[in-house]
Amino acid sequence: MSINSAANSEVDAPVIASPVIAGRSPRQIAWSRFKRNKVGMIAAGISIFLLSMSLFAPIVCRILGISPTELNLEGLDSSGIPRGDLAGYSREHPLGVIPGTGRDLLAQLLYGSRISFMIAILSTVTALTIGFFVGIVGGYFRGRVDGILGRFTDFLLAFPAFFMIVALSEPMVDRIEKLGIAEENGARILFLIVFLSFFGWPGFSRLIRSQVLSLREREFVTAAQAMGATRRRIILKELVPNLWAPVIVVVSLSLPGYLASEAVFSFLGLGVQPPASTWGILLSNATRFVTVMPSFFLITAASLVIVVLAFNLVGDALRDALDPRADK
Amino acid sequence: MLKFIGRRAIFAGFTILIVSAVVFGIFSLLPFDPAALTCGQRCTDQIVEANRIRLGFDKPIYEQYWLFLSGIFLGRTYGSGSSAFSCPAPSFGYSFNENACVTNMLVEALPITISLAIGALLLWLTVGIGLGIVAAKFKNRWPDTSSSVFVLLATSLPTFVTGLALLIWVTIKWKLVPLSLSGYVSIFDNPFGFFQYFILPWITLAIAYAAIYTRFTRAALLETLGEDYIRTARAKGVGERVVFFKHTLRAVLAPLITMAGLDFAGLIGGAIITETIFNLPGLGRLTLRSVYEFDLSVVLATTILAAVVVIVMNLIVDMLYAVLDPRVRIT
Repeated sequence: MSINSAANSEVDAPVIASPVIAGRSPRQIAWSRFKRNKVGMIAAGISIFLLSMSLFAPIVCRILGISPTELNLEGLDSSGIPRGDLAGYSREHPLGVIPGTGRDLLAQLLYGSRISFMIAILSTVTALTIGFFVGIVGGYFRGRVDGILGRFTDFLLAFPAFFMIVALSEPMVDRIEKLGIAEENGARILFLIVFLSFFGWPGFSRLIRSQVLSLREREFVTAAQAMGATRRRIILKELVPNLWAPVIVVVSLSLPGYLASEAVFSFLGLGVQPPASTWGILLSNATRFVTVMPSFFLITAASLVIVVLAFNLVGDALRDALDPRADK
Repeated sequence: MLKFIGRRAIFAGFTILIVSAVVFGIFSLLPFDPAALTCGQRCTDQIVEANRIRLGFDKPIYEQYWLFLSGIFLGRTYGSGSSAFSCPAPSFGYSFNENACVTNMLVEALPITISLAIGALLLWLTVGIGLGIVAAKFKNRWPDTSSSVFVLLATSLPTFVTGLALLIWVTIKWKLVPLSLSGYVSIFDNPFGFFQYFILPWITLAIAYAAIYTRFTRAALLETLGEDYIRTARAKGVGERVVFFKHTLRAVLAPLITMAGLDFAGLIGGAIITETIFNLPGLGRLTLRSVYEFDLSVVLATTILAAVVVIVMNLIVDMLYAVLDPRVRIT
């Protein structure tokens, strides 16, 4: 990314200038590059902070003395708008309360983000696992295997995924419930994860495949083949360790994407349903009160944007650190 | 060239056939009785059974699929005798919720979605490529930095947040663009009303895409500027303006057109969020509403239409690419 490129452009100079020449692993080099990137470091700090706030939501809420379920109906006027002490921001309710129910907004955001993060992380992991496997198989074996897998990924990419998710959400959730795998919101979360990863893996698999295609022609692979290494050894010991850089970058950049898609589906009423909360539910709730209480919408939207922005910045910084030639 | 087009067209037709079969199959496997969904509250078993036979739901799946396919080319008549009704070709089925042929519903929704997509495309291409050129020309100076701040913010803003914010503040609070109560008007009848109706949806979509195009244009331009042939051009004394606009920009144009074609195709099928927020009765909202109402014939039709647009656009883009980039050889 351009904003970071200035910080990284002279990265090699100090390495050469150091008096004692010591070997450094690619990991150390990447880490030292990453550390130099101030924006990336700050974004990483914010991301870790927000993730742990969300992970430890019950503890955070107890420390702050707020509860996601407690109703403060006595503080609302007849149309459900907070009045008096509850209208603004106070020590009891740091971000104010939600109109209609009087629930604490910060607590709802903290608990809601857990579901959003869970869906985003699990979808990324599942999609990546499938894509990783398919990509390695296609890239390493090439030929007919690659052709068939390639056609299948092309087909999936041409498939109207968003439409299918929208169209199939109700019946599929119904089916999951009937099969007794999960209930209500559990079934909805499961459906979202399965579908997002089902339509998400072709992207990963293309990336991994192209990396494997170029890696397998490199000298160290030829050397391993010449020494009589088995296919299994070449894939696991020679190829896989060289794939972690693109994988890390792609994960950090696709996580915010999944976070936003979860919000979209919940917003459209197809994802998790109230009383559970996620970013999408809070946002769709906020739009109903936006003319009387715009702060509710602004805080909820801003919190989502900050998280997505922080993750994107970390992803950009990681890419600059791991692959300094890219995107300059 | 003709051979290439022919082969790709056959492959595209084949893909469309598979996609439609898969979509059709998924919908027939759903745990719903489509016939029971065709009538409202005062429903008797007789009506359900009659509708089942009339719509062909009593037949096996492959026959239903065949009827669906042949309906696209030949039109379809439901039932027989005085209660029969028909949808002329191309028929995508019949919606009982709306009491209308699905094709007519699509024809009503399409102009809105296409206007939305074309306007947004023009806007984001202008802004995206323009900003990308500026950023590349002034690399690492303030125009570049500010454009990258725009890119970062815009890529982190989900479409529905931008759309809602625009709707709430620009229309409702500041009243800069009035809420259009008359609904969609054609650009030929009332150009001003048309722009008023679409301007905010266009901006909403364009912000998200412009960021991606800015980032891409900048990176591609800078990469191309480092190529040997640019150095050669400069060395033989070609002016900087010609080098930039003729030699460099042209090389960047081909991948940009590919991107634009595919994004445009995606929008025709899936501007669901923007259409929902701004209440535009286009294809996306039609699909969403049909999902809520379990109007499966409409969902089936829009899903297949979206897939067809994506596949056809892929074909067009590949052919354009060969025209624009002489390095690409068609075999």
